[in-house]
Amino acid sequence: MTEGYNFAYLDEQTKRMIRRALLKAVAIPGHQVPFGSREMPLPYGWGTGGIQVTASILGHDDTLKVIDQGADDTTNAVSIRRFFAKTAGVATTTHTAEATVIQTRHRIPEKTLRDDQIIVYQVPQPEPLFRLESSRVETRRMHGLADYGLMHVKLYEDVARFGQISISYDYPVLVNQRYLMSPSPIPAFDNPKMDRMPALQLFGAGREKRIYAIPPWTQVRSLDFEDHPFRAINAPEPCGLCGATDSYLDEVITDDHGGRLFVCSDTDHCAERRAAGHIGKDGFAEAAE
Amino acid sequence: MLRTEGLAKTFTLHLRGGMQLPVLSGIDLAVSTGECVVLSGPSGAGKSTLMRSLYGNYRAEAGHIWIRHHGEMIDIAAAEPRIVLAVRRETLGYVSQFLRVVPRVSTLDIVADELITRGVAQDEARDRAGALLLRLNIPRRLHSIPPATFSGGEQQRVNLARGFIAAHPILLLDEPTASLDADNRAVVIAMVNEAKARGTAIVAICHDAEVRDAIADRLFPLSPTQEAA
Amino acid sequence: MTLLRARGLSLRFKAIRALDDVAVDLWPGEVLAIVGESGSGKTTLLNVLSGRMAPDAGTVWYTDPEGQEHDVHAMPAPALRTLHRSDWGFVHQDPRQNLRMNVSAGGNVGERLMARGARNYGDIRAEAIDWLTQVEIDANRVDDLPRTFSGGMLQRLQIARTLVTHPRLVFMDEPTGGLDVSVQARLLDLIRTLVARLGIAAVLVTHDIAVARLLAHRIAVMQRGRVVETGLTDQVLDDPQHAYTQLLVSSVLQA
Repeated sequence: MTEGYNFAYLDEQTKRMIRRALLKAVAIPGHQVPFGSREMPLPYGWGTGGIQVTASILGHDDTLKVIDQGADDTTNAVSIRRFFAKTAGVATTTHTAEATVIQTRHRIPEKTLRDDQIIVYQVPQPEPLFRLESSRVETRRMHGLADYGLMHVKLYEDVARFGQISISYDYPVLVNQRYLMSPSPIPAFDNPKMDRMPALQLFGAGREKRIYAIPPWTQVRSLDFEDHPFRAINAPEPCGLCGATDSYLDEVITDDHGGRLFVCSDTDHCAERRAAGHIGKDGFAEAAE
Repeated sequence: MLRTEGLAKTFTLHLRGGMQLPVLSGIDLAVSTGECVVLSGPSGAGKSTLMRSLYGNYRAEAGHIWIRHHGEMIDIAAAEPRIVLAVRRETLGYVSQFLRVVPRVSTLDIVADELITRGVAQDEARDRAGALLLRLNIPRRLHSIPPATFSGGEQQRVNLARGFIAAHPILLLDEPTASLDADNRAVVIAMVNEAKARGTAIVAICHDAEVRDAIADRLFPLSPTQEAA
Repeated sequence: MTLLRARGLSLRFKAIRALDDVAVDLWPGEVLAIVGESGSGKTTLLNVLSGRMAPDAGTVWYTDPEGQEHDVHAMPAPALRTLHRSDWGFVHQDPRQNLRMNVSAGGNVGERLMARGARNYGDIRAEAIDWLTQVEIDANRVDDLPRTFSGGMLQRLQIARTLVTHPRLVFMDEPTGGLDVSVQARLLDLIRTLVARLGIAAVLVTHDIAVARLLAHRIAVMQRGRVVETGLTDQVLDDPQHAYTQLLVSSVLQA
């Protein structure tokens, strides 16, 4: 089944090294652990960090789901799913409920994850302070001393300039009341899902060579001000296809005349709802497969 | 209130090859409550040096300078700097010949600050400062201006107001009327005599015979130290 | 009880004695000026006193508000850093070293508050505006970037940013250096007023005797790493005892 490749592509030494980094990351929630990131058969930015983490935790019995912007059918998601089907021979699925390992780029599935599932995030930039402080020595010191006034300065600047905190994705969080962490470029809408999530959350940044983690049931707080509290922003209407009002929506341009459609970004969630008979105002009968 | 014992002061001029310049030696001066002692003697006798030594501005080389500070005798010649500052703030006032101006601070605030640092409320301090300046014939239109551009006489009167307003128990006056006209001299004489009536002990240098006669209870003669080369 | 106390400070840079058995006492609310020419060791002393540089020998003790003395150089790094952003402040000669040039004036002033845990935007902003006004920067510049400010304004902004947490002790390294004379006078007056009103103790490094006379209660004169003379400001300047101090004082141009 995995002819010509070691199981899940990476050699055993590398996987062991990554597992050690993962254990340390779980032990210190939100803390960035360096690891020896390998060259992968795809370019940086395509999820090399996430793939190495997934490869290190995957077992023969696992069922893998891969999503990109919430969708199971984009090039990136399809490629990675096929990569592991070929090199590890594991079962794959598009259904959130059936997966044991979910690798994701830019979203958290709408369906609440369980404590027997693991979610692996692809991370382009693990350092939440990198736009504010260019020196890595200094940001490391800030993390070491939990000196996060600077991050609040950024939020202050937002409110002063725009009247509100204008971060719509990769919204910084404080993990376990200690480490400031980038949640990866998921929409701020998904941030509340990270808080006390039953599933283990792992983060891999291939180019930046960092791994970090949030153990199950850990407190994750989005930074804010008392008088400008964190708000999850979403499109102002229900999903056009399934009518959901509580899921994150993508705006789709449908024609050249300003026609547009809001649809669930989580394709599996939308399909399941339609299969269960929920039809939105733009939904087609045939959508329910 | 104030007593010196064997006070001596010699300047060592290192830039002149360590030249020694003895100015004072064996000075025993005592001033009691309500008394005004005027230092007398020719130029170079060390009047200003003694005055500055009493204030702690010059470092006494030998002897003691006892000042009654809150009922306790403190030796200015040996006290720590912060003690000297406390004595100056609460006990020992000094009116120098020249006003050292602080940039940008108005005349009124220069005088009122003396009270504010002693805990008087700002409004009251400014009222009292304004009244005293008017008494010294500094017209109200000048109160809001920093005194840097004032004439010598005006600056001296601002300095007098600053020195008198806090009513220190001991006052040192260095030529308080040198650049003043007759009217203002009379005001100063009245102020000195009021201070004495309050019990203030005063040491003054005063060349003007009329003023000296009006304020002095006794003279303290100084003569140039002979060893000076 | 002293606020800051140092004994036997020594530090060598190769053959140069930057500090040679220096002792310092600083009392609460007291302003101490360290004067001396370039290379006399005064900035090194400031850095050692503030814990930014470790001495070869000697100890610096800081007394916290509870009266507990701490050996500054034996303190854990997080405690020292906490001290630097709460009880202490540091004013640099070049405000750009301290300010965040791509953050608004209000954000610059508010940072220390937020680092200390302030989480109410309205309060932080109100405090920032109050401090801008105190350092004579127009309140409507609160959202402007520092790079649109003049040199004197930048220095005043740095002072607001430093004093906003009401530190008990501020270290100042040539705070008026590099400014025009007229701007200097305004800044000096501002520092003098704020320090007196808030009862802040300060260690001030300057080569300008006029600055020391205006701001300091006490002066320490440094030459080749040693404190050669120390005392009341007016005493040291009007009746200098040491040959070097006499040279320093006589070299000042009279205006």
